[in-house]
Amino acid sequence: MSAAEAVEPVPEGMRWLDEDAGPVVRPYAMTGGRTRPEQGDFDLIELVVATRPMLSVDVGMGTELAEIIRLCQRPQSVAEVAARLRLPAGTVRVLLADLAQRRLIRRRPPVDLRHLPTQDILRAVIDGIRAL
Amino acid sequence: MGSEHSDTASLPSAFKILVAGGFGVGKTTLVDTISEIAPLLTEEYLTDESVGVDDVSGVEGKNTTTVALDFGRITISSELVLYLFGTPGQQRFAFVWDELAHGAIGAVVLADTRRLEDAFGSIDYFEQRGMPFVVAVNCFDGAKVYRPDEVEQALNLDPHVPVRLCDARRRDSVKEILVALLEHVMAAPQPA
Repeated sequence: MSAAEAVEPVPEGMRWLDEDAGPVVRPYAMTGGRTRPEQGDFDLIELVVATRPMLSVDVGMGTELAEIIRLCQRPQSVAEVAARLRLPAGTVRVLLADLAQRRLIRRRPPVDLRHLPTQDILRAVIDGIRAL
Repeated sequence: MGSEHSDTASLPSAFKILVAGGFGVGKTTLVDTISEIAPLLTEEYLTDESVGVDDVSGVEGKNTTTVALDFGRITISSELVLYLFGTPGQQRFAFVWDELAHGAIGAVVLADTRRLEDAFGSIDYFEQRGMPFVVAVNCFDGAKVYRPDEVEQALNLDPHVPVRLCDARRRDSVKEILVALLEHVMAAPQPA
């Protein structure tokens, strides 16, 4: 359940926090201490997709950024990326914002129900669920 | 916003439904029954909005900084993806409820007739925010089965709120609940 148990072990030479650092300190360290994206924010169900295949050089950006590019070869929500990386959503938002800034991911905000022909959408959703 | 937002033609967009109710009432079961992905858990920061972006002084309080959320996904079409989020039951996660409720299309309140009072908090929350919801009575093995109108009276619900009996383990039953919610949303006055 804790993020520290879940992520891949860090090679000994790179380990600069001890075990007591706990599950939250490492995500903070991963984002350079940032708790909010540099610009914009991501909804938990905002969909993101990589703009290109994963490349072997991506690992040089850091394991987490490379892993996000790998995961996002298909559209994923912020919540899914966070769950699959076993990182808090806040950490993932910061990392995603970095990737978006470098145009390595595209994003699609959630349906804004205040500005769409919602009756049509709702009908489509009902039909979709009945067909499951 | 920036130009990176413009090229979204091939990406579907998402919307969400909340699944609320007391602890152990079957929220996770309901999500798992209908979700096309294995159940996922994510952790959300419990942030204090007054803390500045560069302030990392909260790091010491690591035991209370996150809450786990479980959720599932249903692909409706190439353009639409539905997410179902189970809401954490505890009162102290009100902050997370507000974030989860933001933009949600509606909610399913799961109720257990042996502990109906566990549903009160969720019902009050959605009523106060004007969010459409349905009450789904999860029929546990061995529990006395009540009629929907008895549940409606016991919960003091507005008569227009749909009440359905369900079995959160059965896919057809969960589908019926979601359809009932969406039809209720359609019947509700549209926001201006």
